[in-house]
Amino acid sequence: MGTPSRLGRRVAIVSGLRTPFCKAGTEYARLSSLDLAKAAVVELMNRSEVDPAEVEALVYGNVVPSVAAPNVAREIVLSTNLPRHIHGTTVMRACASSTEATTNAANAIAVGNIDVAITGGVDCLSDVPILFSRSFSDALVKGSQAKKLPDRLKAFASIRPKDLVPVPPSISERATQRTMGQHAEMMAKEHAIGRKEQDELALQSHLRAAAAVERGYIGSELAPVFLPDRGTAVSRDNHIRPDSTYEALARLRPVFDKKYGTVTAGNACPVTDGASALLLMAEEKAKALGLTPMGFIRDYAYSAVDPHWQLLIGPTFAIGRVLERTGMKLDDIDLVDLHEAFAAQVLSNVKAMASKTFAEEHLGRSTAVGEIDWAGDRFNVMGGSIAYGHPFAATAGRQMIMVLNELKRRGKQFGLIAQCAAGAMGAAMILERE
Amino acid sequence: MSQTITIRRTDEGVAIITLDAPDSKVNTINTQLGDEMAAALQQLEGDTSCSGVVVISGKPDSFIVGADIDQLARVQSAAEGQRMSELGHQMLDRLESLKIPVVAAIHGTCLGGGLELALACHSRICTDHKSTTMGLPEIQLGLIPGAGGTQRLPRLVGVQTALDMILTARNKRPRQALKAHLVDEVVPRAALEQAAVARVSKLARQRKQDSQRNVLQKELEELRRLADSKELTELLLGGNPLGRMFVFKKAGEMVQSKTGGHYPAPFAALRAMEIGLSRGLKKGLQAEAEEFGKLVVSDVSRRLVEIYYATQSLKKDTGVTDPKIKSQKVARMGVLGGGLMGSGIAFVYANKGVEVRIKERDLDRAASAVGAVWDIVKPRVKRKQLTRNEAERIMARVSGTADLSGFGRADLVIEAVFEDLQLKQRLLQEVESATREQCVFASNTSSLPITQIAQVSGRPEMVLGMHFFSPVHKMPLLEVIVTERTSDQATATAVGCGKLVGKQVIVVRDGVGFYTSRILSPYMNEAAHVLAEGAAVEELDRALTGFGFPVGPIKLMDEVGIDVGAKVAKIMYEAYGERMHPVESLAAVIEDGRMGRKNKRGFYVYDSDKRKKMVDETVYDLLPGGHRRKPINVDQVQKRVALQMVNEAMHCLGEGILRNPRDGDIGAIFGLGFPPFLGGPFRFTDVRGAQVVLDDMKRLRDTLGPRFEPAPALVDAAKDNRKFRD
Repeated sequence: MGTPSRLGRRVAIVSGLRTPFCKAGTEYARLSSLDLAKAAVVELMNRSEVDPAEVEALVYGNVVPSVAAPNVAREIVLSTNLPRHIHGTTVMRACASSTEATTNAANAIAVGNIDVAITGGVDCLSDVPILFSRSFSDALVKGSQAKKLPDRLKAFASIRPKDLVPVPPSISERATQRTMGQHAEMMAKEHAIGRKEQDELALQSHLRAAAAVERGYIGSELAPVFLPDRGTAVSRDNHIRPDSTYEALARLRPVFDKKYGTVTAGNACPVTDGASALLLMAEEKAKALGLTPMGFIRDYAYSAVDPHWQLLIGPTFAIGRVLERTGMKLDDIDLVDLHEAFAAQVLSNVKAMASKTFAEEHLGRSTAVGEIDWAGDRFNVMGGSIAYGHPFAATAGRQMIMVLNELKRRGKQFGLIAQCAAGAMGAAMILERE
Repeated sequence: MSQTITIRRTDEGVAIITLDAPDSKVNTINTQLGDEMAAALQQLEGDTSCSGVVVISGKPDSFIVGADIDQLARVQSAAEGQRMSELGHQMLDRLESLKIPVVAAIHGTCLGGGLELALACHSRICTDHKSTTMGLPEIQLGLIPGAGGTQRLPRLVGVQTALDMILTARNKRPRQALKAHLVDEVVPRAALEQAAVARVSKLARQRKQDSQRNVLQKELEELRRLADSKELTELLLGGNPLGRMFVFKKAGEMVQSKTGGHYPAPFAALRAMEIGLSRGLKKGLQAEAEEFGKLVVSDVSRRLVEIYYATQSLKKDTGVTDPKIKSQKVARMGVLGGGLMGSGIAFVYANKGVEVRIKERDLDRAASAVGAVWDIVKPRVKRKQLTRNEAERIMARVSGTADLSGFGRADLVIEAVFEDLQLKQRLLQEVESATREQCVFASNTSSLPITQIAQVSGRPEMVLGMHFFSPVHKMPLLEVIVTERTSDQATATAVGCGKLVGKQVIVVRDGVGFYTSRILSPYMNEAAHVLAEGAAVEELDRALTGFGFPVGPIKLMDEVGIDVGAKVAKIMYEAYGERMHPVESLAAVIEDGRMGRKNKRGFYVYDSDKRKKMVDETVYDLLPGGHRRKPINVDQVQKRVALQMVNEAMHCLGEGILRNPRDGDIGAIFGLGFPPFLGGPFRFTDVRGAQVVLDDMKRLRDTLGPRFEPAPALVDAAKDNRKFRD
């Protein structure tokens, strides 16, 4: 299987860390995306043997930008001791944003544009921009342009009380006007996914994550977040529930379709704050510095479909495509980490991947993408986003770090991570150890 | 280029006087500048085509840093000093009397005579640059501003602000200077000259208008200007004789309580200012010159100038004799232990751009260490000493860990853990396995011999002591302790590392107590003797503050911790024998559970703020003599206690713990608060005469016992009639 990368120069993931993931409004309630991103990136470099002066670029994912630091990637450099020569780009591909950041930097490394980059992603839903209504912000702009006081006042004359109600960030798909949860319900119905299966997957996610914590697999992947005002540190994820039971999950009421629905708060991932950070390098550069990378990026693929059809089916398309490109089968993959936005979405994708008909009808291939047992020993073996939570742009970084570390523990070679993303997109990346 | 002053003419007809002393990094006020300035003034006085003058510096980050101290040090008599001041007055008077507007354009350091020159100009503008700072630091050298500063400053900024600047030597940064009306405008550096020229033109226009306008209108405008509330207060307090009397009386009381009356300069400054404000500028300048002349040859000023020179020579001292060995850059530092010391060290280094990783036993402790650093940073943001971005970058340089991850790239590791030899040795070994070969390991111990800690080291040449004083960001001394095996490279790096954070660094040889803790021990012990003999706590403390120490020894014992003091005393006794035999009757105080401030039970009362300075009378139940304390002979007590410190310093010199007497004086002054106006133990002995000190010691030995046996170095100096310092 050791064929060289299609990308060009081989790209190594030298090291990776993430902050603990915490439910929005809890531990990080008073922090911003920039704070969390700094915690991950600074600690990544603190623990690294690599001189930060080697780093050329910082490419970072961020889905909900903060008003104060829209290009969070550059702000990370400017608000820390990182050398000022590191340029920063912030990228956005919804829930696949840290995949985007990583492939973006990997491309630059592969073609020889740069040698070393920091990637990753952050989201802090505790700190979201709240907007004014369009009519009020129009008035503000007009008012600030007006030269005389009467003109300034006139600009605000048309404002009505309802215009003063702040607008929270949208949680629905713009094109479909439906929420993600409603789309997950649609997927469940389309693929005939039952409530029981969904709750079982959620339970598995929590219990597997709890076991991984218990074995000490998670702690070493975490960069503590210091809260200097309180003199404390956040050093663990706060959503994993070791005491989860099927019965408790089964008792929860559906949220999005109260009558016929199956998607509950228990079998969906929560709104979460967190950041991840990875150090990427050309393989030859890592060798020259005498480093032993965690692993390498073999290849990746993105996909997109009509959001009115199946919003969260992207992973099936992206996985099919990346396997085709590398000439690999799903059976060749030792570990799969499929982002758990909703249990319904995970199970839909697992089903679609196994379906020859689906492949023929939608993927233009004669064979199914591949079969994988979601309860088996290759799939989300340390749990997934339902347990850890899902800080949008940080999730793929978490997956890369966890899969590479677990491959090492198992002495295995290939890992695959995938995410569905808003806008009916998908992302998949194959990682290899040696 | 042998000239300091060059004059250039702009198209607008403004003369730009550029000060740029040849072969020097900075401009100072000296006779050469005086002569050139006089010539320049002569030229301008006769030049009708010139529309105004801008005075600006050609140096990258200074205007004028002050008077040439070498010239001051050479002054032989008060009359000569007075004449020097008068010459300055005459020159600045000529500058001020020019018929055309004169504007000082200030960028960088503008201190002492530099600011006085600027004050004689008709307007001042400065840059908003970080290096720009203005002040009158003369008081720190036991002097007063001698070129009109005591007169022109209060007239410009008001009595209260002037008193604060002159008596405390507190500098003004650009924004503060603008607020205080010390400068009229703050501009970006690139626009300085342009803005100065523009201001000259503006002033010229104003003068023209003024001369055309009637007097009444001018008065009205002046009144309106003063209606500004701050100026009104100034007017009420400073401008009317009663208010002024009140302000000066208060200032006098403050000076008396702060200096203990040991320093004449603040009183001289008050006198000159008061005369100037009540009897006019001319009389004021005359008083200033007289006071300046007296002060410049005073003992106190001489001592303070010598200390200044000693600190200057320390700045150039790399800590090793080989000139080829330079300090290695310290970009990353590990700190073991995040207590008061560890977090203090983390702050001072992160503040200077060093990445600091604090290792604690667990993450919670590491987190509170990071929190402690933030507690130092946060108020500085509030006070606008740091911008938010600077503060966040400082904090981003500080990280915490519960293991030794991230120590691989450390250039220097300082341990600041509990004083336990085994613990320190274990950590040393762990750190050596986690760090590079060239990483320096420094112990911040104040008592354990470095040689013992280094016994377990695989690379003892990299092991030394770095004894910081608490609180680290305020105390100016660092004692670097080297063993027989410490390499010059490691020593130079530790010294450079101390200088990086602005410390006075002395290098001493390893030995129990090193230098500072060692000379403090017999001093404290002697105070305990005096106490056990029946002295009252406050009288004893007052005797030593009267001598010039910032706090009395018993109060100090409370601050350090009575238990800690006793522990150290025992170690000292074991090492140095009978002369440091602890006073046994003090044991009862410790047995009573009194540890000093930290458990709010000591010799003084700590339960309420009001009675902070009150002695806890119940302590006398535990002391010999009970509640009936005997009066003390202040002179005798001062001599006994202080001479113990002086004599022990002589031992340290004789045994080679100290490299030289200069380090001994600096260490005692900056580490222990030895009275600066006495110049340190060695200078004190030189001034008094070694024979006189020796005789005192012998007398004390004959009456009080062998602990007063004079140190051999003192005996030798007396015999050879030799001074320790030149």
